Amino acid sequence: MIILCFIIVPLLTAFLIILIAGKKDGWGVVLSLVSAAVLFVLSIIGIIQTGSQTLTYRMGGWKIPYGISLVQDALSSFMLVIISLIALTSLVYSITYVRHISRDWKYYALFMLLLTGMNGVVATGDIFNLYVFMEISLLAAFALVAYGCEAEEFEAAFKYAVMGSLSSILILIGIAVTYSVTSTLTLAKIAQELPLQNPKLVYWIGGLFLAGFGLKAAAMPFHAWLPDAHSSAPAPISSMLSGVLIKVLGIYVIIRIYFNVLGAPAAFLDAFLILGALSIVLSGFLAINQWDMKRLLAYSSISQIGYILLGIGIATPLGIVGAVFHLLNHAIFKSLLFYDAGAVEMALGTRDMKKMGNLTRVMPVTSSTSMIASLSLSGIPPFNGFFSKLIIIIAAVQAGHPVYAFWAVLGSILTLAALMKMQRYGFRGEKIIEAIKAKTTWNMKTAMITLAVLCLLVSLLVVPGIREVTLDPVANVILDKTGYIQMVMGR
Amino acid sequence: MTIYLLCFALFLVGVYGLITKRDLIKIILSIGIMGYAANLLLILFGYRTGAIYPILTQSTSVQPMVDPLPQALVLTSIVIELGTTALLVAFAVRLFQKYKTFDITKIRRLRG
Amino acid sequence: MNNREGMTLIVKTVTRLTVWIILLYGFYIIMHGHLTPGGGFAGGVILALALLNVMLAFGHKFTGEWLNIHSLEHIEAASALLFLIIGIIGIFSGGSFLINFLSHGKLFHILSAGTIPLLNLVIGLKVAMSLFLVVWVLAGLKILKGDVA
Repeated sequence: MIILCFIIVPLLTAFLIILIAGKKDGWGVVLSLVSAAVLFVLSIIGIIQTGSQTLTYRMGGWKIPYGISLVQDALSSFMLVIISLIALTSLVYSITYVRHISRDWKYYALFMLLLTGMNGVVATGDIFNLYVFMEISLLAAFALVAYGCEAEEFEAAFKYAVMGSLSSILILIGIAVTYSVTSTLTLAKIAQELPLQNPKLVYWIGGLFLAGFGLKAAAMPFHAWLPDAHSSAPAPISSMLSGVLIKVLGIYVIIRIYFNVLGAPAAFLDAFLILGALSIVLSGFLAINQWDMKRLLAYSSISQIGYILLGIGIATPLGIVGAVFHLLNHAIFKSLLFYDAGAVEMALGTRDMKKMGNLTRVMPVTSSTSMIASLSLSGIPPFNGFFSKLIIIIAAVQAGHPVYAFWAVLGSILTLAALMKMQRYGFRGEKIIEAIKAKTTWNMKTAMITLAVLCLLVSLLVVPGIREVTLDPVANVILDKTGYIQMVMGR
Repeated sequence: MTIYLLCFALFLVGVYGLITKRDLIKIILSIGIMGYAANLLLILFGYRTGAIYPILTQSTSVQPMVDPLPQALVLTSIVIELGTTALLVAFAVRLFQKYKTFDITKIRRLRG
Repeated sequence: MNNREGMTLIVKTVTRLTVWIILLYGFYIIMHGHLTPGGGFAGGVILALALLNVMLAFGHKFTGEWLNIHSLEHIEAASALLFLIIGIIGIFSGGSFLINFLSHGKLFHILSAGTIPLLNLVIGLKVAMSLFLVVWVLAGLKILKGDVA
């Protein structure tokens, strides 16, 4: 029952905002903050209630293989917590940030639609329903990237929309092939029927889905839309896109389809290892080259998605735990870095690091939180990034892939170099800046400090007692294909 | 089997248009052609030999019918692609207002 | 052709008659959605085409005065809310979301199949308003080469 609220509440809020709001954004702010807070509380209740069992909900009362079902297991609850947390901080941050662009309610309605789409992708157990919710969130994301109405934002949004449409059509062709072979759309039933067919079909379906969802996840050969889109969007939208959207639409669906439905075929696990290593190293080098602050952060996003793909490709329990933990960590510190970049852009009016100076005296909260986030991202103990990267590297060595562990370490050194460049030029430059254009208001500081504190607290999830409660059920759900089929089809 | 290959050929026509054309509107039309190919593939997968349309009226008796589920999927997919096309056209119009050209090789301020 | 003032006199006269017929046809497709092919989306597109016919024949400014655009936006948001509320009422009447809680009626009658005609109507209105408003806004932008942005 709770899982249904995750789809209904943001959808209801979006249409209520359109109906009620007048010219200004007062009602939009209030309604969206209320619903984001409600969703966050519900997600915490959901993860406590689920534990290691799987709950299903049948929409419209139809029986499970014939109707659309919503599945709530450990992986879904975990992703819903991440989405709700980043959405809540992003909304708190954007109360005053968006007023610099316009005082319109349209931003909040589009944000709620983005949230509906992402929650729907995570909650559903039906492959076409997943496609529909993915398209809802993508349309909202295209419009939000172009929200500032500058020339570069339209160019970035057009590029994102064209590449997104191409990958969506490839996914639709994959769904068509899957349906023609198995005659069903429920994920659990597809998992049951697919081994009875021609084994070559797994390669067809897997290849089409890898091309489609790989572009949504911004793995390396399909990454070309990400630097433009994430650097041109307004800062809270950059953090939503980079922190949650590429993970929900890309990584979560890849895990669901390749592990729970197709049963982790070895060829695709090798493909994940290769794509992951390529992403880590190449975009690490590309990130060092950038002088635009948000473009540097966007390239390092591609690099961290490579880490998560590497962890998934290893496919041992330790590797999956590392990948899932890195997913949570990256959402937290990358969002924090984008908030800081947004505050700097609002204060100085430019994103070019060659024109910035020493900001530690004028913006103390921003500088210190960005230092905490940079240390987390580079993998310095005791922050959370160190533990998740360490788990992935140890899992790679233990599973017999020492070369990939070397690439992961190299990527970590490159990330450290890129972020030290950002700190040196962006926050601790030569000339000391005295006057700024716009101060960082209290809501932006609240969002930044919350995420910075979480950067330290989340590293406690590695402690063995806490890990068994939170991260291990997620890994068990992922690796257990027959358990997934039984839990969904048995009811 | 040849029908599916022809459908794939239609998809390749769309991809060719997407890659080689320089005009924004032609790119949007190529995305439309690719969408038509995917919808056509879905409906072709629902065909059963010798079956009639899947509508039960007072005059038809119960006979083998073609699969109605892909038709519902295609309906949804057409609506989604309509929304995407509308958004792309709005972007194209605003891009023309800012850059004064529809040529995609000249709309390249973001690089690196 | 200047798209601000509309088309010739013949087109305007014929449009004055045929707009109502097209609207009636659209409602017919919507209401018989559970008996014949069509339903909410197809009927909604036909309704939108009727209003767009007025915009093409008479011009953008005339349509803005003839129709109250603000209330069309409110109808659009209200229909989407009504769809969700029908689904939520299904939860309270002892079932799941969007369950068919009205009586199913007799086969092949127009007032049968529970909530399906209601949902068809709501979807038809929403699609019609959305499609018309999208094209109306796009027609209001200035893209001639001589205009400044």
